[in-house]
Amino acid sequence: MGEFTVHRVRFFHYMPSAVRALAFQPQRQKIAVARTDGSLEILNRADHLFQEKVIPGREQRGTEALAWAGQRLFSAGLNGELVEYDMQELREKYRLDASGGPVWTLTCNPQGTRLAVGCEDGTVKLFEVCDDGIQFERNLAKQKGRILSLSWHPSGSRLVAGMAGVIWVFDAGTGQSVHRLLVERGTGAPRSKECVVWSVVCLSDGTIVSGDSSGNVKVWDGDTGTLIRNHQVTKWDVLALSVSQDETSLVAGTSEGTVVQFQHLSVVLGREDKEWVQTRTFKNHTHDVRAVLELDTAVVSGGMDTQLVVRPLLDKIDVKTSASALRKIHFPHRRLVSCSRTARLLLFQHRIHLELWRLGESEGTGDSLPIKRKPEKLLHLKTKGEEHICCSALSPCGGWVVVSTVTNLRLYRLQCDETISITKVSKLPKVVSSANQICFSSDSSYLFTASTCSSVHVLALSQSGCTFVCTLKPKSCKRTYNWPEFLVSASRTVGHCVLDLVIVCVQAYCTVPVYSSGVTAMSINPATNNLFMVHADQQIFEFSLEQKQYTDWSRLVHRKGLHPQWLERDTPVTNVTFSPRNPAHVILHDMYMFCIIDQTLPLPERNSQLVNQLTLRSLPEKERRAHSHAFKICKTFKELLFVELLEDQSLVVIERPLLDITAQLPPPVRQKKFAT
Amino acid sequence: MVEQTDIRVVRCGGSKICFSTPILTNDSRFLICASGDSVKVFSTRTEECVHVLHGHANQVTGVALNPANHLQVYSCSLDGTVRLWDFIDGILIKTFTVGYKISSIYVSNKHIGVIFIILPMQSNENGEHFQLVAVRLPSALEQELEARELSAVLSDVSPVPACTAFGQGGDYIASAKGLQLCVYFFRKQKTYRFKLKATDKKGARNAFTCVACHPKDDCIATGHQDGKIRLWRNFNQKKEYTYSTQHWHHNAVSALCFSPEGMHLLSGGVESVLVQWHCKEVNKKNFLPRLGGAIAHICVSPDGQMYSTSHTNNKITIISSFRVSAVIQGLVKGGSVQTDLMIDPRTKALVLNGKPGHLQFYSLERDKQLYSLDIVQQEYIYQAGLDQFEVVKAALDGTASWLATVEQRGSKISSLEFSLKLWSFNEKAQSFELNTTITAPHQNMITAMCFSPAMDTTMLVTVAKDDQFKVWLLGSDLDEQKKQASWSCEHLGSYHGLQPTNCCFSGDGSLLAVSFAEVVTLWSPDTWELLTTLCQPPGTIEDLCFGRLSCSKYLLGTTTKNLLCWNLLTCALEWSTSMDVCVLRTDPLSENVAAFCHNSGKTDLFVFRPSEPRPLFTQKAVCVGRVQRCIFVPREDPLDSCDEWSQWLNRSRLHFLTEQMELLTFSTRAEDERILNSRKELLVDDSVAMTPFYLLLGKHRQQQQEKQTSVPSQAADRAQLPQGCVAIRELLHTPAHVLPPASFLCSVFLNSLLISNTGGRDEKELPEQEVDSEKEEVDSEEEMEMNNGPQGVRTQGSVGEAPPSLSRAEEKELRRLRKTDFSWVTSLTSS
Repeated sequence: MGEFTVHRVRFFHYMPSAVRALAFQPQRQKIAVARTDGSLEILNRADHLFQEKVIPGREQRGTEALAWAGQRLFSAGLNGELVEYDMQELREKYRLDASGGPVWTLTCNPQGTRLAVGCEDGTVKLFEVCDDGIQFERNLAKQKGRILSLSWHPSGSRLVAGMAGVIWVFDAGTGQSVHRLLVERGTGAPRSKECVVWSVVCLSDGTIVSGDSSGNVKVWDGDTGTLIRNHQVTKWDVLALSVSQDETSLVAGTSEGTVVQFQHLSVVLGREDKEWVQTRTFKNHTHDVRAVLELDTAVVSGGMDTQLVVRPLLDKIDVKTSASALRKIHFPHRRLVSCSRTARLLLFQHRIHLELWRLGESEGTGDSLPIKRKPEKLLHLKTKGEEHICCSALSPCGGWVVVSTVTNLRLYRLQCDETISITKVSKLPKVVSSANQICFSSDSSYLFTASTCSSVHVLALSQSGCTFVCTLKPKSCKRTYNWPEFLVSASRTVGHCVLDLVIVCVQAYCTVPVYSSGVTAMSINPATNNLFMVHADQQIFEFSLEQKQYTDWSRLVHRKGLHPQWLERDTPVTNVTFSPRNPAHVILHDMYMFCIIDQTLPLPERNSQLVNQLTLRSLPEKERRAHSHAFKICKTFKELLFVELLEDQSLVVIERPLLDITAQLPPPVRQKKFAT
Repeated sequence: MVEQTDIRVVRCGGSKICFSTPILTNDSRFLICASGDSVKVFSTRTEECVHVLHGHANQVTGVALNPANHLQVYSCSLDGTVRLWDFIDGILIKTFTVGYKISSIYVSNKHIGVIFIILPMQSNENGEHFQLVAVRLPSALEQELEARELSAVLSDVSPVPACTAFGQGGDYIASAKGLQLCVYFFRKQKTYRFKLKATDKKGARNAFTCVACHPKDDCIATGHQDGKIRLWRNFNQKKEYTYSTQHWHHNAVSALCFSPEGMHLLSGGVESVLVQWHCKEVNKKNFLPRLGGAIAHICVSPDGQMYSTSHTNNKITIISSFRVSAVIQGLVKGGSVQTDLMIDPRTKALVLNGKPGHLQFYSLERDKQLYSLDIVQQEYIYQAGLDQFEVVKAALDGTASWLATVEQRGSKISSLEFSLKLWSFNEKAQSFELNTTITAPHQNMITAMCFSPAMDTTMLVTVAKDDQFKVWLLGSDLDEQKKQASWSCEHLGSYHGLQPTNCCFSGDGSLLAVSFAEVVTLWSPDTWELLTTLCQPPGTIEDLCFGRLSCSKYLLGTTTKNLLCWNLLTCALEWSTSMDVCVLRTDPLSENVAAFCHNSGKTDLFVFRPSEPRPLFTQKAVCVGRVQRCIFVPREDPLDSCDEWSQWLNRSRLHFLTEQMELLTFSTRAEDERILNSRKELLVDDSVAMTPFYLLLGKHRQQQQEKQTSVPSQAADRAQLPQGCVAIRELLHTPAHVLPPASFLCSVFLNSLLISNTGGRDEKELPEQEVDSEKEEVDSEEEMEMNNGPQGVRTQGSVGEAPPSLSRAEEKELRRLRKTDFSWVTSLTSS
């Protein structure tokens, strides 16, 4: 694949925020992840845990709890408001003040009809889930102190609330308390420090399981209100509990970063009476585990160390596949970086600001080149308001910057010769108020914004300003689901078509056949007008726009099948670009590697080595040709956020080492290690 | 050479009591453990050995209580037999011959009449693969039975006894080998196998080391190589089995045991800490630290009151209420005995390396460690790979009032640390006290040292690798502060820059021989002048010793190939033979010298006098491998054997240590018989605790009983016990409110205890005479020779008992025998 000059960029200080809450929707296999910055991610468990949707958060508005009510997702935070999200528009539908002070916890009953909210003032408020919103129903008996955790009995008749030092059992019908379970401080804990029940779970047989700040997981008999078993799990806090659907397994997340599994086992084999027994301990986190989910075949956990860990329970899995491996999700499955190939500029998207950098230059030869000019930070662009940035883009010529939040889209004209000047384009058309995805055409003369209702707005850019051209809407409603990636591709598709075929057309040009797995990255090859797509299940498609069908190469790939090692990778491809020199070279990358696919070479055999660059180098010139195949994989760079090939054939590689992220985290709880 | 069979090599105690898991009896009174080829029964309260159950012909590998009768115990051995014993009386009840080497035994309450043993698989010869086999024991009445009804349960199991355990209620048996755990369910006849990965990213070493099963719940605890303990549950499922992991030990878990109620799990390892885990609260655990040796086995009494831990340094600790209550200490045998074997003349104890940094004083007669002297006086850390101080040399002077020790750390010269310590015996404290510490007495390692046997001076000579020998003397001037004389260097000698190898004083202390490489130099201790040098054919001198008594003019030396003997009067080589002598030792009480020669993997023994060319005694293949150390131990009461082959054993016994650290000795037939006889007499009724007081009283009572009833029987014997007495029975069975006042009863009660003075002595002696006459028949041969011996007439009665008075007829017979001329015997023996 030849040699490249590589810009190894490490000045993008991307910092993900901690995972605060997790919720699982069993019918559609969706996992909702709430982060401390208020953002929300929806992962599709059926589709290789692909991050389908991201709803950006707001400053000063953290989420404390998440709950699915059927297909609807609700969240609550310490600002005392309940929020319902619009899954189509990827924004908040409405917010409602619970009028009980900060909300600590939120649960929905298993029937999906009522929401219970635990407030700072000690009330548990019940809301009825209506078609068009939620309606306050009643307060349960008010207690002293804040309600920190709530759990519904599976029948929906009872509600268990955890507070500092006490667990209340309420009758959901009358609103009166049935039992009061006193939770003792752990031995040796100071008297002033109360034992806080961080999490409770109510099981169908009436058993109540609680996790508290003295590190105990307590099993209570809910009918008599007595303690059955006490498991000292950690010296620190037990923060989260989750029980499996069939109630045979329970997991607890602790401050030590461990996830402890309990199983409902019969003590004597073959007998009916069962007990909760502590079994396995998973240690995949360095910091507090704030949220856990037990999904029968896997345990999902997230916490202060910002990563989401999916740990499979191998005893429940019959066939070992790539889906049954341990997965850690560190980076978002979308692009946070845009690059101007000609102007050598990089645009980094942070939570509330953008950074524009100019790449450095180097001279000489060798393994590490001496730097002639250092990379330079040109701009630090802050958005107004509290909303987080939803998407941003830099035009290929380097002259335009566009940034969008959920409610606001701004376009800037950028001039960077010797001095930097940036001017906001003032008069944007009214229709283009916000965007989920933004894209420029390759000559930077058109801007495409993907927004609500699956529509794409086209803007023509010129020196004087921008003018609205048209709105593209898919005709048929077959594909109205709102993948941002799809919209990007759609905008791009049409954009290129506009350029190449000189058709000012308002109708969809063609439709790519639907595939079951989500598109993680796609791009149109400017030379051949082929649409290149990579899916969450790592499959690759190439679609010829001219012939409106899959290309021969794509058909060959699917006839032969991809290499098993390629399919086993666990991070999705987040970017596809093409070599400007050789149109047959496709460059794509995921978190751990980047790959150049040479479409002229034969595909790798099933039993051959996939990552063979090192072995090829050791072979003599003649044999090298015989052994080389289409997938040229480089694993030199780790934890990649972005890879792009510039005009002058130099490669930009943006790395974000996980160690740097860990270094910025607060120190974890102190643990006694042996021999320290 | 018929006579040679008279002398045989025997184990003389000191065998491992930590070889296999011991058992505690139901009432926690006795601890039963395998010890060499016998089974020993110890009292848990007094730490004394109550019975030694002899009978096996090879190493006993396991013991197990008979589930059908808790007063009986099974033992299995490498000789292919399983024996059933009554451990209260010390009687062998039955012997079951299996015919294969048995490496462990398991029993269960559910499988009465069946034992489970581990045997080598028949298919392979080299004994690498083992199988677990159920043996149905035949119920015939004979004592010797063949148990041929074998049925294989599990194949390819680990031969380590700790790797297999019976599960709750005997429903299943769990066995671990390598990285695999097998659970066999008897009812379903189904095996479940669970595999672990050898390692993972975190460097865990997952190989199993031991297995224990919860007595009430279906839970299996396994110990692992990296110190983890896993608790397995739901193991009747192929996939949905589950385990939890606990980690405290930093090295392999060597023993695991559940308490009988299942409340606690005990674990131990090289850390020598007993860890008590609480089964209900997983994170709670108690520790019993500083047990003084890596834990090899843990055993719990059936009532859960008492634990015992066996340690690798041949110690059993008995723990009640989680506190050490008793310690049974055998001969400590570490990796090697670096000090020479010595005899403490005061206690007649064998002195050698004990626990790390200690010297142990071990009584050979009682097979018990008397005490252990801390030489290094530093805490020993039980961790692999640490370089710690070890006692490498020790020497006692003739009267045992001074002890010299050398401790050393580090093997390379750069990191070598060593010091010489001199200890004086304190009469008041009856122990050795540190007198002088000399740090770095030489530039390099000390290779040999010896005290001068001369009575008037206390002198120590040390020989080191720095080409010098040093003479140390006890100073005459008293130190101001300590009010005690201390040692200092008196003389420093060297010879042509050669490296000295060994040193030796002559019997009277008038000569010192120091060997320098190939040259032996003789020095006068008075003037420190070099008297003469003795040279010999090439080869570095390894061992040196002077002849004793009449042979004191001879100096013996060994090289790797030759045994040499110089005559000091002529200063010439008297004789030399070609043999690879590994150990050379002189008997302090006679002229005899013992030489162990290594010959093609085996060791031969030669006992000779330096003055005579012919050896007194030779025995080929005494043991496999090299003999490490040997010593002549003076006998308490000399033997009177006139047999030429066994005469050298009359005054002292020869003990030696083999490569496998086994302490062996030579025993004559006469001795064997004496032991056998004494054992017969020690068989006493055990319904009363065996105390010295009982031995006194019980014997007396027995005699009385024999006098009363002409037919001695067990039933009559019991009737004689206090409970059986009419007066006492009356006292005990009458309700208290109808009893007469205590003052009235007192005299009646005391009278019942008194022994009425009736009956004649002749009558009493009768049964004993019969025993004696039996003995005489056996011993008649020896007795005849004995009369010729220098010691005159001695009876062959057991030790510590008054000689039985002889009947008149016998006395007459004896007198007649004494008069007859046996001079023809001497002519026979001299020829």
